Amino acid sequence: MSIESTLPILKPADFASDQDVRWCPGCGDYSILAQMKKVLPTLGVPREKIVFISGIGCSSRFPYYMNTYGMHSIHGRAPAVATGLKSCRPDLQVWVITGDGDGLSIGGNHLMHTIRRNVDLNIVLFNNRIYGLTKGQYSPTSPLGKKTKSTPMGAIDNPLHPLSIAIGCEATFVSRSIDTNIKHLGDVLKRAAEHRGTSFIEVYQNCNVFNDGAWEYAKDRDTKDDTTLELEHGKPLIFGKDRKKGIRLNGLDPEVVELGKGINEDDLLFHDERAPEPSLAYLLSRMRYEDGFPEPIGVFRAVDKPRYDQMANEQIERSIKDKGKGDLEALFNSGDTWTVS
Amino acid sequence: MATATPPKPVSDLVEATVRFCGDSGDGMQLAGTQFTNTSALLGNDVATFPDFPAEIRAPRGTKAGVSGFQIHFSSTEIFTPGDTVDALVAMNPAALTTNIGDLRDGGILLVNKDAFDSKGLEQAGYPTNPLEDGSLSKYKLHAVDMTRLTRLAVDGLGLSQKEADRCRNFFAMGLVFWLYDRSLEPTLRFIESKFGKLPGVAQANTNALKAGYNYGETVEAISTQYHVGPAKLTPGKYRNIEGNEALAWGLLAAARLSNKRLFLGAYPITPASDILHYLSNYKNYDVLTFQAEDEIAAITATIGAAFGGDMAVTASSGPGIALKAEAMGLGVMTELPMLIINVQRGGPSTGLPTKTEQADLLQALYGRNGECPMPIIAARSPGDCFYVAQEAWRIATRFMLPVMVLTDGYIANGSEPWRIPEISKLPKIVIKHPDGLSNGDEFMPYERDERLSRPWAIPGTAGLEHRIGGLEKANITGNVSYDPINHEKMCHLRAQKVSNVADDIPLQELDGPESGDLLVLSWGGPYGACATAVHTAQKAGKKVSHCHLRYINPLPKNLEKILRSFKQVLIPELNLGQLSMIIRSKFLIDAISLNKIQGKPFSVSEIVTKINTLVA
Repeated sequence: MSIESTLPILKPADFASDQDVRWCPGCGDYSILAQMKKVLPTLGVPREKIVFISGIGCSSRFPYYMNTYGMHSIHGRAPAVATGLKSCRPDLQVWVITGDGDGLSIGGNHLMHTIRRNVDLNIVLFNNRIYGLTKGQYSPTSPLGKKTKSTPMGAIDNPLHPLSIAIGCEATFVSRSIDTNIKHLGDVLKRAAEHRGTSFIEVYQNCNVFNDGAWEYAKDRDTKDDTTLELEHGKPLIFGKDRKKGIRLNGLDPEVVELGKGINEDDLLFHDERAPEPSLAYLLSRMRYEDGFPEPIGVFRAVDKPRYDQMANEQIERSIKDKGKGDLEALFNSGDTWTVS
Repeated sequence: MATATPPKPVSDLVEATVRFCGDSGDGMQLAGTQFTNTSALLGNDVATFPDFPAEIRAPRGTKAGVSGFQIHFSSTEIFTPGDTVDALVAMNPAALTTNIGDLRDGGILLVNKDAFDSKGLEQAGYPTNPLEDGSLSKYKLHAVDMTRLTRLAVDGLGLSQKEADRCRNFFAMGLVFWLYDRSLEPTLRFIESKFGKLPGVAQANTNALKAGYNYGETVEAISTQYHVGPAKLTPGKYRNIEGNEALAWGLLAAARLSNKRLFLGAYPITPASDILHYLSNYKNYDVLTFQAEDEIAAITATIGAAFGGDMAVTASSGPGIALKAEAMGLGVMTELPMLIINVQRGGPSTGLPTKTEQADLLQALYGRNGECPMPIIAARSPGDCFYVAQEAWRIATRFMLPVMVLTDGYIANGSEPWRIPEISKLPKIVIKHPDGLSNGDEFMPYERDERLSRPWAIPGTAGLEHRIGGLEKANITGNVSYDPINHEKMCHLRAQKVSNVADDIPLQELDGPESGDLLVLSWGGPYGACATAVHTAQKAGKKVSHCHLRYINPLPKNLEKILRSFKQVLIPELNLGQLSMIIRSKFLIDAISLNKIQGKPFSVSEIVTKINTLVA
């Protein structure tokens, strides 16, 4: 006799906690929260099996607004907390919510090591290129020359590019989306959730109080078709309002070309998110608006590799299989012993 | 063993202390360990003190690279590795000059003569050869050409000269084994298990060991053999155990007794790394070890594992504990059970990585931001680590909080005979996780029981979804709260929870009369030296008692009464007076400090001398 069990059908509202959301009105975080609540019911994962872990910063308040398990940990450490949790509880779906300061500055080390271990986590990095919660200092993704409270004469450190970091650590899933591009964001979150291994998602998120318009070029209805490029696996890199522009490789460098005039789609670079080598994904992550390129959004890389949490537990199972379940009595009595009577 | 020479006289001793010292590549730790195990198997009580430099291989022959291992073995119960050395083995001039000060007058000095060439003498700073200039005349000096004899012993086995010279420690061992009438069997078994896959090496070490033994038996210059009989220990089955090993086993036992998987998050650090090494080899005991990218990841992963429902442990030493401070606060705020182990070493900063100290007590008590109390338990000896680990986990789960365990380099690397416990007699640690039904309609993650503990609800339990974190929590609901009165209340609650542990631990025991002229109050590693010193004073008719603290926070409820029953209180500590500060501030008692901060444990005589100045 088999017992048929059916999962209750959950709706976005089922994932809302009873806490008032306290982000500034107009903050890009609201949209990400809304998309998350929409995506989770589609995954077939029971609510009690989902955990959100965050660090410190505006984005890191996220877990309080989700009616799942959650921990609002300390600054920069969410990936490490999540690694411990996921390693001991591979049955859980664990999300890490972080920001550009939390994830790339104080927590850069954990981010790097979590990605290289390929722990089965979904890391969503809200990139607003500013410190919001501490009220407006420059962040590791702020552009050179950025004037902020702590850089009145302009930032003099070169910015980090989150996806280049993730790909440098050979992340198995790398993607980018934009807070206001809700359909796209939802799709990317869903794919990230379904990927086994570390999924890294950079979300261009607007801080309308301390860095309003940082991503305006990528969001503005009039410019976004020319400043972004939606990646599709196996398809050529085409963009522009009339889809007349493309990316071609010139040696090892990408260049923007106009289709027609002797250049057709077959001359363009084709996207391959499953390429075993991360070189193509890295090249895409280097395409920047300020250098005259459209910035790719979508999935840069999605490859399958062994996962830390899986292997850690497999080693335990293998050890038990090979040596038998540990026997304390035998261990304590092993080696040289003697009896005093 | 057939021999033409007549047997030499055997002299009975109650106890003896031997120290092997040489270059850090000379295998002195191995020689000491083998001598210890053999003595323990013979039934002696033993206490050891390995002492080695922080450098893995300092330049050969220099004083910086000298490594030593001291063994005190006895036919009576002992608690320390010995104040002075009865027999010193020095493998080179640098070892001789740095260790000779601890050899008692008339003590036996075994020296590898071959290492006393002009370069070796110069590196050690000897203007003339001490083996020839008469400066060692107050000792029984035996200058043995160990290098040459070892090479002869392994001749024909196809070893290079370098490989042959690596067997010298076995020659020295063999000689000392003969001197103290120890069997070679345990070491031969060790050679077989360690080098069995390299028959040439196994044979060479065996030859060198036997050559050393036979040398002692044959050479006329060494006229007497010594015998130390078995000690009368509590009946039972024994083994020798090191502190870090006992701690690892205690953690295994605690996990088994609480029906939990053991998670260790750790970053390599001297002298705590062996805990990671041991546990990494016990995966079949359902142990998951995570070597993190840094100390902070080690503890935050531990917090993640605690949230997930594992027995979560992180182990480090002072500098690593400093890095973990913020995360310990998260542990306190989230009220999750976990263990934080500090194997203390000399500080501040990098300090003396391989040397012992007790200077992290105030760090353990106060080294976090905010009002952030945590129970603290300290082990007193290598074998005690086994029980301390279990007790710490019992308290952590009963009261839902992180517990700090303090040991030190002396305990961690030292060893002693350990009576093997019967697993069935170890107390079970009962943990209850709430299920989705037992908590009514709405789950309250910070609802408290009579001990003020909150429920340990683990992810995966339907209906108990909740969020925790580092922001101040409203009591009962666990929601973020900035309410001033709530914050004050929560600070009191967290402190009260730690205070409540005092109702759950045994009353403080006292060794000696309940009142008198002096109470010696100790904690951690100095236990053995204090116990021995107090026994000495008691035998001399002094009204002195000894109180050794295992629980440092909270202190046992009857401690104040004990303290007030004595005219004076002496607190010997390997720091500048940290427990002393606590006792003075808590009880307004004019405690007297005996402080030592040299990276070395107390000798018994240092404490006896102090007692004698306080009690006529």
